[in-house]
Amino acid sequence: MTSVIRIAAVSKRFGPSTAVDDVTLDIRENEFLALLGASGCGKTTLLRLIAGLEQPDSGAIFIGGDNMTGTPPYARPVNMMFQSYALFPHMTVADNVAFGLKQDGISGAALTARVKEALEGVELETLGTRKPDQLSGGQRQRVALARCLAKRPKVLLLDEPMAALDKHLRERTQLELMALRARLGITFVVVTHDQSEAMAMADRVAVMEEGRILQVAPPRELYERPANARVARFFGDINLWDAAAAPRRPHPAGIVAIRPERIHMSRTPGSDTVCEGTVADVAYLGTASTCFVTTTTGLTVRVLVRSDEGAPPFTPGERVYLTWPASAMMALDP
Amino acid sequence: MKPQRFSPAGVALILGLAFLYLPLAVVIGYSFNASKLVTVWTGFSTRWYGELLADSQLMAAARNSLVVALVSATLAVVLGTAAGIVFARFGKFRGRTALAGMIAAPLVLPDVIAGISLLLLFVAAEQTFAWMPGRGLFTVIIAHAGFTMAYVAVIVQARLKGMEREIEEAAADLGARPGAVFLHITLPMLKPALIAGWLLAFVLSLDDLVIASFVAGPQSTTLPMVVFSSIRLGVSPKINALATLIIVGTLVLLAAAAWIGRGALKMKTPRL
Amino acid sequence: MIGTAWHRRIVLALPWLWTGLFFLLPFAFVLKISFSEAALSVPPYSDFFAYAGGAIVGLKANLANYQLLLSDALYVKAYLSSVKIGAIATFITLLLGYPMAYAIARAAPQRRNVFLVLVMLPFWTSFLIRIYAWMGLLRPTGLINSALLSLGVIDEPLLLLNTPFAVYLGIVYAYLPFMVLPLYARLEKLDPALLEAAADLGAKPWRAFLGVTLPLSRPGILAGCLLVFIPAVGEFVIPELLGGPNTLMIGKVLWSEFFSNRDWPMASALTVVLLVLLVAPIMLLQARREDAP
Repeated sequence: MTSVIRIAAVSKRFGPSTAVDDVTLDIRENEFLALLGASGCGKTTLLRLIAGLEQPDSGAIFIGGDNMTGTPPYARPVNMMFQSYALFPHMTVADNVAFGLKQDGISGAALTARVKEALEGVELETLGTRKPDQLSGGQRQRVALARCLAKRPKVLLLDEPMAALDKHLRERTQLELMALRARLGITFVVVTHDQSEAMAMADRVAVMEEGRILQVAPPRELYERPANARVARFFGDINLWDAAAAPRRPHPAGIVAIRPERIHMSRTPGSDTVCEGTVADVAYLGTASTCFVTTTTGLTVRVLVRSDEGAPPFTPGERVYLTWPASAMMALDP
Repeated sequence: MKPQRFSPAGVALILGLAFLYLPLAVVIGYSFNASKLVTVWTGFSTRWYGELLADSQLMAAARNSLVVALVSATLAVVLGTAAGIVFARFGKFRGRTALAGMIAAPLVLPDVIAGISLLLLFVAAEQTFAWMPGRGLFTVIIAHAGFTMAYVAVIVQARLKGMEREIEEAAADLGARPGAVFLHITLPMLKPALIAGWLLAFVLSLDDLVIASFVAGPQSTTLPMVVFSSIRLGVSPKINALATLIIVGTLVLLAAAAWIGRGALKMKTPRL
Repeated sequence: MIGTAWHRRIVLALPWLWTGLFFLLPFAFVLKISFSEAALSVPPYSDFFAYAGGAIVGLKANLANYQLLLSDALYVKAYLSSVKIGAIATFITLLLGYPMAYAIARAAPQRRNVFLVLVMLPFWTSFLIRIYAWMGLLRPTGLINSALLSLGVIDEPLLLLNTPFAVYLGIVYAYLPFMVLPLYARLEKLDPALLEAAADLGAKPWRAFLGVTLPLSRPGILAGCLLVFIPAVGEFVIPELLGGPNTLMIGKVLWSEFFSNRDWPMASALTVVLLVLLVAPIMLLQARREDAP
């Protein structure tokens, strides 16, 4: 697979703080890559560096094999959908979509056709004469999308595309974006702080923290084989223990991790029991409950117990016995 | 919080507004008084409007004032927009505070200071450069553009600060060069601010007495100068008529502006 | 992001060039001429240098104007009385403007804009006309006196016009919008929940006002007072038209030095001192504007 964007040892500082710290990343052709991290981790800055809205202090950015470091945004073959959508409030929907095409010198019938095509692609062909303030949030998002896609960019950059949408609209839009990407066959780079969104949509996820990339991998790999404890914490519940204190210690040092759903809990001891303890608290989640168990050695263990297991629900104070396969344990760097 | 109907502050607001408007209402009322004695009401008449229009000196001064206001307001919009962009978009640069101080100072600087200093500049320029024309309308235009641009700069800066940077960035991202971004995105979005700024500059120029008195040439008397020398001698019904025309004219102008550039009226209060 | 280097330079150059030419340079001339002497020439002041045969042979500049300014009681009194009138008028404007701004900020949102427009509208109409309107009202035969006479409150007309009272009235009237606006901007941002919290914690309304509202609106008070005080100190039209012969204000003195006595150097020296007097308040105002978000 060839890389459509290559970010080579890029750093960007704003005054005393380093937003992007020596990041190297290859973005492959036709992939759906998510940049995931908490707010302030540098993911949006990285996106803006790709778009050319910021210039790196050091390092280089290649797009389609060309060194684009220093190239202004208007000369780059990528387009960005902003978090606020940044629709031009004084232009109609059609004029918004036509704006980028006009900059390329497209006019007349060709322009009309391209605008129509782009609006049809997001099912907004009937709203071309409206102004942005006459649209719903979901419609505005699709105009922003159409405005970018009309330019037929090599790469589409999306900054928190779902942030301004209602929850129910979010899931539908996720599916729409994935379908769109499959149909157009272009590269999507999405910035998000929502790990479930990243897992659901992306082919690969780059986890960022404090300006650095912690790990780039497909969602399953991130979940099952996180590179370190910080990545593991990002994706769902997890038990993280100091290796020295861990039951069934597989490694002498570092951190040991195990997902709560891999632990089996019962009221009777078995030959494979790893440790025993007392239920301290139960959080009912619907399809499952998270039980917090205090072991005899003083460790707190989270255990996910499915609600349909038949047995009466666990209650605080009960004596329980825990077991898990050795393969479920992961040794991690801090 | 619901406003209390007769809160002390509410009473002060009503009294304050009455204080602001009553004098103007009286002037307008008496402009239709038939009597030459300004305070005795003898009947409705429009004779003072007729006399006003027949006063050639006043009319010539009004023409001068209009020319000065039109040109200086336009100049002020160009300069003030540049200054507004510099302060809202250029971040930190050397001398920013000094420039900001010099641009904003005319907002509060007493007119006599601005008037005398500009006059001395113009006199020195006349002496130094033989080709400099003597003082006339153009010196008033420059002086007025100088102090009204401060208002435009404040309005434009406020508007730009309220405008998302992302909109201009989106235009660049879609392939627009800086010039095109300014022409197609920034300028149209600034329109209400530009209309409000131009109007304010126009009205302030039309209204200025002190600065114009210093810098105007002998042949370029403006309307406030004529009005001033007339009211120094006392109240006259003709001036009442003129005042009424000015008040009504301003209202019509503002209403038109509000209608043309919806949102312009909201912008008209510069954040000082 | 707007623009590349040369775009930036042009946009930056415009205000710099203009202020250099029409703001800094004029003050340089005022300063220069304040050191020269009045002369019966065109222009009516002596040269900075003494010439002989086309060569500069000496400096004619001197401090005579400043010496006179400090020794002549008229000038010193004019400055002091200007500052006094400006300060008192500013305080009265604050007393009237604060409750107005407060009432607007507490009004229903859709009414706020109407009130704001009403406060600003007079500012858009001619300053001269507004002062003129008061001349008509305050005259011995004006509306106020006629009304009071016909109501039998007074037997003979009160002397209202050409008094210090009229000057204060004029300043308050003319500059009221400048006081209300910054106060409103500040009070409008004040979260009503703060007052509710104060009430919840047991503060009576006036206690909450003194302890919460007033301290939080201090920046607005400062800005409003400066916006009124600075121009009021140098005011010419109001003392000229509404004040009497005894109303001493520096704007009037400066005007008559310049136009009646044609003593441009003295007028320049008066300007320089007035400017020095106002530099501190202007910078205070400027500092507030700069750290405003």
